[in-house]
Order: sequence, then C-alpha cells, then structure tokens
Amino acid sequence: MDETQDTAPGGLVAEPVVVRTETRWLLIMAGMLGIMLAVVVLTGVFQALHPLSHIEIVDPTTLHLSGEFVESNLGSAVEPDGAVTVRMIAHQYMFTPQCVTVPVGTLVRFRLTSPDVTHGFIIADTNANAMIVPGFVSEITTRFDRLGAYEMPCHEFCGFGHHGMWARVVVVPRDHFPTLRPDERMTCVPR
Amino acid sequence: MYRASRLVICHFWAALLCFAPAIVLGVGQMLMRSPLPAPLDDPNVYYASVTAHGSLMAYVFPTLVAMGFGYAITVTTLARPLKGQVWAWVGFWLCVIGTAMAIVPVAMGRSSVLYTFYPPLIGSPWYYLGIVLVVLGSYCWIALTLVNLRSWKRENPGKSVPLAMFAIAATALLWGWTALGATVELVFLILPVALGWTHTIHAGLARTLFSWTLHGIVYFWLLPAYIALYTLLPQAAGGRLYSDTMGRIAFVLFLVFSLPVGLHHLFMDPEQGSGFKFVQSVLTFMVALPTLLTVFSTAATLEVAGRVRGGRGLFGWIRALPWGEPLVLACGLALVPLGLGGFGGLVNMSYAMNAMVHNTSWVTAHFHLIFAGAVVIVYFAILYHLWPQLTGRELKAKRLARVQLWLWFWGILVTTVPWHITGLMGQPRRMATFDYTDPFVAKMGFLVTLSVIGGLVMLSSVLLLLYVLVRSSVGASAHVPPLKYALAVNPPAQVPLLNGFGLWNAILLALIVLSYGYPIGQFFFLRTHAPPGYSLTEEPRR
Repeated sequence: MDETQDTAPGGLVAEPVVVRTETRWLLIMAGMLGIMLAVVVLTGVFQALHPLSHIEIVDPTTLHLSGEFVESNLGSAVEPDGAVTVRMIAHQYMFTPQCVTVPVGTLVRFRLTSPDVTHGFIIADTNANAMIVPGFVSEITTRFDRLGAYEMPCHEFCGFGHHGMWARVVVVPRDHFPTLRPDERMTCVPR
Repeated sequence: MYRASRLVICHFWAALLCFAPAIVLGVGQMLMRSPLPAPLDDPNVYYASVTAHGSLMAYVFPTLVAMGFGYAITVTTLARPLKGQVWAWVGFWLCVIGTAMAIVPVAMGRSSVLYTFYPPLIGSPWYYLGIVLVVLGSYCWIALTLVNLRSWKRENPGKSVPLAMFAIAATALLWGWTALGATVELVFLILPVALGWTHTIHAGLARTLFSWTLHGIVYFWLLPAYIALYTLLPQAAGGRLYSDTMGRIAFVLFLVFSLPVGLHHLFMDPEQGSGFKFVQSVLTFMVALPTLLTVFSTAATLEVAGRVRGGRGLFGWIRALPWGEPLVLACGLALVPLGLGGFGGLVNMSYAMNAMVHNTSWVTAHFHLIFAGAVVIVYFAILYHLWPQLTGRELKAKRLARVQLWLWFWGILVTTVPWHITGLMGQPRRMATFDYTDPFVAKMGFLVTLSVIGGLVMLSSVLLLLYVLVRSSVGASAHVPPLKYALAVNPPAQVPLLNGFGLWNAILLALIVLSYGYPIGQFFFLRTHAPPGYSLTEEPRR
C-alpha cells in the first residue's frame, strides 16, 4: 500500500476544514430534505392528498354471487349527497363495465376489485391511479374537470392479454347525466 | 491477484454473458412498444422477453459483478488469498446453474411472470427455483466476505478495516438482508403453488414481502459503484479521498436505511394502510442522505485531485482532471444521471405525488436512468480498471473505451428522457403493444421512436465494450502495477463504531421490526382471503 503515496501528499486540506465543510453540507442537505418532507406532510394533511388508505377485505371467489360487486350493481351510481360512485371489476383481460359515464366537476369515487390476479388502473390527467389486488377493494376519489373520453388502461401485468385491457371513462356535462334512482346503475357500454 | 484472478474474471465474464443478450432483448422490447416494425412482434414474445431482461439485469448481472468485485476487494485490501475459495466456486456455479434453470422455461414461454413474479400468476417452478439458486450462490459470497473480514480483524487487533473492505462487507450484508423478502415469498408462497402442493396464494402478503426486497436491491446495485467512487476514483484522478470517515458513514446509512423503505413501492396498493405507507415515506427521505453525502465527497475529492494537478480558479480544477482515464470519465458522467434520476426518485417517494407516475413509463425511466446511467457505467469502469490486474495485460484501445462510455451516457439519456415524458402523459409500463391509431397513444409516438434510437446507441456501446475487453485479454503480457486504493487526505487513526457491523445490524433489525412488523403481521390476523393461483399456461383449476 506504500505506493499509494506517489500521486498526492497527505494533508492537502487541513482536517478541521474537511470536518467543517462536511458538516455544513450535511446540515444543508438535511435541511433540504426536511423542507421537502414538510411539504409532503402539509399537503397530505391539509389537502387530504393520500394514496389508497383503507384496508377493505373482500372474498375474490364469491364476487359474482353476492355483495357489492354482483354484475347488476356495477357501473355509475348516484349517492344521496350527489357524489357518484363507480363500481367496476378488473379481470383477465377486461374491465366490467368497459365504459362508464360520470358527470363533470363532481366527486367520483371509484371502487374496484379483482376476482383473479393483480391488476391496476390509471386515468391520465387525474390522480386516479391504483393497484387492484384480489382480496381487497381499491377505492380512490377524484374529480374530472374536462369533458370528453378518458382512457383507463390496466397498468399492471396480468397475463398474456394484458395489453388489450383498456376501459374508458366518458365525462359528460352535469345536465346530460341522468337522475338515477338509488338502485339504478349506468354505463356507456353499447348494448 | 492473490490467486483469485480466475475466480474474479469468471464472475465478470458470466455477468457480461448475461448482460449482452439482455441488452438485445431490451432493444427488441422497445421496438415492439414503438410505432416502428419489430422482429418477432408478438405479445407473448414481449412478456417472455421482459421476464428474461428483468431477471438477468436485476438479479444475475449486478450480483455477479458485486461478487467478482467483492472477491477482488477482499484479497487485495486484506493482502492475502481468499479463505475458503472452494466455496466461492460453489457459489459461482450455483449462480450459473440457477440462471440457466430460470431462463430456459422463460425462453420456452412457460414463465412469463416478469421478474417481479406477480402472484397469483404462476409460471414454471423451474424459474423460481433458478432464482432461489442464484440467491443461494450469492449467500456463499456473503458468508466468505464476513468470514475473511472476521479472521483478518482477529489477526490485526486495533487496526481499522480498509475502507473498501468495510464498504464491500456493508454491501454483502445489505444484500443478505435484502434478499430475504423475495426469497421467503418464493419459497413459502409461490413455489408451493407452482409445484402443485397448495392452490391458493396470498397476493397481498406476497406483494408486501416483495417490496422488502424491491428497494434494498436498488442499493445493492448502487453500492459497488459507490465503492469505486470512494476508493478507486481518487487514485485514478491523481488525488486523495476527501474523507474516509464520511465514506464509512455513508455505507452504514445505506445498510440501515435501505430496507425499511420498500413500502413506498406499494403506495397505490389496497392491502396496506396509510400509516405505515407514511412512516416508510419518511424513512425513504433518510436514505437520500447518504447519496447526497457521496455526491459531495466525490466532488470534493475530484477538486482536490484537480488542484494537485495544477487546476486553478473556481472551475479550473475540472479541466485539470485526467478525463482520459476511463474511471474518471465514467464517474464524472455517472453524476449527471444520478442527479437527474435522484430528483425523479424524490417524486416517486413522495407520499402523494406518486399517484401521477405510479406504474407509468416514468418509473421505468427512473430506474433505467439510475441503474444504467449511474451504476452500470461505473461497472464498466470497474471492469476497465481491474482488467489489467486480472489478465496481466495492459488495457488496449483506451480511446475506444472512452467512446464506449460516451455512447452509453448519451444512449441512456436519449432512451429515458422521452420515457419520463410519456409517463407523465399516462403511458402504462409493461405493455406489449400500443394502438397508435388511438389519439391518446398517437401523441406519444414520436417520443417512443426517439427512445428506440437511444436503445440502439446503448447496444452499439455494449458491442464496443466487449471488443475492448476481448482485445485486452489477448496478446503479450505486461508488467501491471498492483491495485491501489485511495488514501484519505487525512487518514483517520481510529474509526470507532465504523469498523464493524454489530451495532448497525441491531439498528437495522429494530427498524425492520418497527416498519415491517405490522404490515406483514396484519395478514396473519386480518381475515383476508387468498385467491387461487392462476397458471400462465394451463386453464385454471376450478
């Protein structure tokens, strides 16, 4: 190891200088991370920006028999407070229903689950982005501020047909969205 | 090299033989996703290809590089032959056989589950067994590293362990802890279903266990490159390491904070609650710190070297650095993707911002930028730096080596910058084909095509790499001076607490219990349901 001496002598920078510059850098970086962390905490708390945050269990093998995710209950539903709930099933290799209609500028709560493997969905230009894991209900609340059709692809590999698994969300003006009875469900799947 | 040259070079060649075909697969995948015509343009080929590319690049290639580099460091820093070298060969062959065992069923299209496994999808059991064998092989290396370190310390009481040895031992320990999550998932959840012993598989638990491995592994890839930054770069640049102690602190911080952060990969998952997602988001901020320290140390080290070489003024020292040295060039170039990718990472780990980018091409762009741009480029430089030691010949075609590094640098930028943008536009990752007649997809066409060009540039860079290494392996042997590690500007006399790992292992264990105890434990008392496994190739059993 003696040959290591040949390129540069020791003590090029005095030890106290090394310690001082490093401590200064450490404090600045810790402060920077602290500020970023504070932004994350404050937006999370005050703007209610949370990722999926509740653990809701469901039996993936009996979804089609009873409960919230039977076929007749899927699609858009209107809640008493005017918000819209969209229930969908993600399965190999499609969403059911494939197309849902929601009103613009309204709180929309997506509730999805899977009877088979892990799926996911993303709706570009919104905060709607979730994994759909069999055994659990994924719930995410969003609001669409632009009219038109949004693509909603499955974004988690779910088997050889994964790339064909795209649904669509059609956002219509509020007065084009029909008043639904409490037990009535709506989709835009062509009949 | 203390009778270890053959061992090390076998690891490096095996790593390269996995790396080169995986690059070709990667380019093929990019073509299939693009509007351009692609050979073998078939979704089934794409998913098999992604599985092979990911398994080779994420598990096999960096593991073999770390093992080879690790053995080289162990014998050269401790200045004696490796104790238990026969076990090193056992580990090597376990990795080679495991790789073959995993890749054959993937190539047959029987295990296209992607390298992240995605249960309840179930592929061929041979694939999972192969991956477990690779892990077992790497555990031989971990054990040998620790055994050799312990015996050296016993014979050299009071001496501080050389920084490079301390760092590679931290890397080995980190991998030992990291690999546990995925290995437990494979052995206890996936393999029993794949072998037909059980029928149901707990997707939520499996995903949580995988997240344990998923972030630590990133730092396992990164640390060999950081070892080069701390212990080889100062010497190659003609200076000294700015601070030995800071290096040790950085490696210890990586060891302690790399693992209890994996839940940030599950921010968008329904099986974990917001509390622990938030805790691990905070811990993820902690693990950014050692990288920021390393950036400072590297810059300060280079400045010292530049000034020793006569550089003057605020920036004059940068020009005075020996950029002709592949190691100096690679480390300098690596800092650019590391910085860009680091900022991308801050977005990913931010508890709420993650929703914009989760599972989009942004994420693929992020880890390719860090892994290929900041890590693999330094692996190349490590190979160039160690090659003369291993072959007893000079590194030939140094100019081509520099061209190779520049091509790789530009290739990865041209590949990943467009991916970041398409990710923000909402392009999902891991999709075999896109319908470019759909207006939502059509607007991404140009960017996707641009990224293919970057991929081709990277492919040409790899061909150059192989050419330089093969050329430097033949011909007349030369006198090669022994490998030298950097001394610090002020070498520390003692490094209390930073000479061993007992305390740090204990802190790590406590942090894991705190951060992963409940997220894993909940599955044993919540009344959750496990779906049946879904075989990729057979009709499901109903």
